[in-house]
Amino acid sequence: MLQLIQKFISRVFSDLFKSRKKIKLGLYGPPNGGKTTLANRICMDWLGEEMGTVSHIDHETREVQVKEQINIKAGKKELSFNLVDTPGIATKIDYEDFMKKGLHEKEAKKRAKEATKGVIDAIKWLDDMDLVIVVLDAIKDPYSQVNITIIGNLAARDIPVLIVANKVDLKKSDVKKIEAAFPQYDVVGISAKYGQGIDKFYEALFMLAEK
Amino acid sequence: MASMDLTLQFVPYNEIEGMSSMGRIKKLLDLVKEDKIILLEGRLRKEEEVELIKTTMEQIDDDFKGLEIGVFYSDQQYGDLFKWLKGAFVNMLMGDRIGLTVIGPASIIKEIKRDPSKFQLLAHAPHQPKKAHHKKAKAKRRR
Repeated sequence: MLQLIQKFISRVFSDLFKSRKKIKLGLYGPPNGGKTTLANRICMDWLGEEMGTVSHIDHETREVQVKEQINIKAGKKELSFNLVDTPGIATKIDYEDFMKKGLHEKEAKKRAKEATKGVIDAIKWLDDMDLVIVVLDAIKDPYSQVNITIIGNLAARDIPVLIVANKVDLKKSDVKKIEAAFPQYDVVGISAKYGQGIDKFYEALFMLAEK
Repeated sequence: MASMDLTLQFVPYNEIEGMSSMGRIKKLLDLVKEDKIILLEGRLRKEEEVELIKTTMEQIDDDFKGLEIGVFYSDQQYGDLFKWLKGAFVNMLMGDRIGLTVIGPASIIKEIKRDPSKFQLLAHAPHQPKKAHHKKAKAKRRR
């Protein structure tokens, strides 16, 4: 009887005083890898609305975007988090590249300036992440120093990482190359645009949250 | 045929060893902005690499577009236990001196490609004079 009472009191107190820390789940990676497309897919699946705009021009996301209180469920499993979509991290930004994609000089320079600020903010937000999904373009070389630096930094901060190899709908995609480049991490191949592999992605996300 | 001058500067690790992180980053960025390609003995710490990217972004303007960076060192993976132990011991002694870091201005280096066994540095083609100017000059002479 005494034990039952003790258990009851302990449960009441732990529910009252449990810190309701919101998990911050960040989407990181190089520009145009599909971070915002994946963010939009997650938000559409669980909230019924998109999070940001996408474009074929690099650095479309130039500010950190946060969507709060996303709750995902699969069977008995449930996960709540704030989703943080970040600007793509790069070591160079040239406004002339934007002009080649059709932007006028003034617009291109403005975009370049915003993009540099976006990269700086993305780096500053690294410290606040609880879990990170690194979104890589599966048709590009995974051995870029930006990828290695981002993932290395997350490992140094003990932040659990899931690597997503995006754009598997494209013929040239090579998920195995990404797996070989980062053998210490779970890699899930998906198409954020068309939904391929999304169920496996959510399963991997639940496993990531348990780390 | 137009040619391009490339200046490679070797930076031994002991030149940056005693410096603060920001001191290292400033030194390396100053060299990059002089249009030099740096061959740094060893490598920066992971947090310094990120800080280098951040500081580069702060300094990008119409003249400076950023940089390309590649770090090359043998990972301690893998093979048998003896190789792993040997690698770990060497790493403990040498720390950040192991490996090679290549950093250069994005205006000169198009891409640094790396796969586990090799490193390729792709430079931008030197600027070619436009053929249209020659055609206009010929047309003027005919008149």
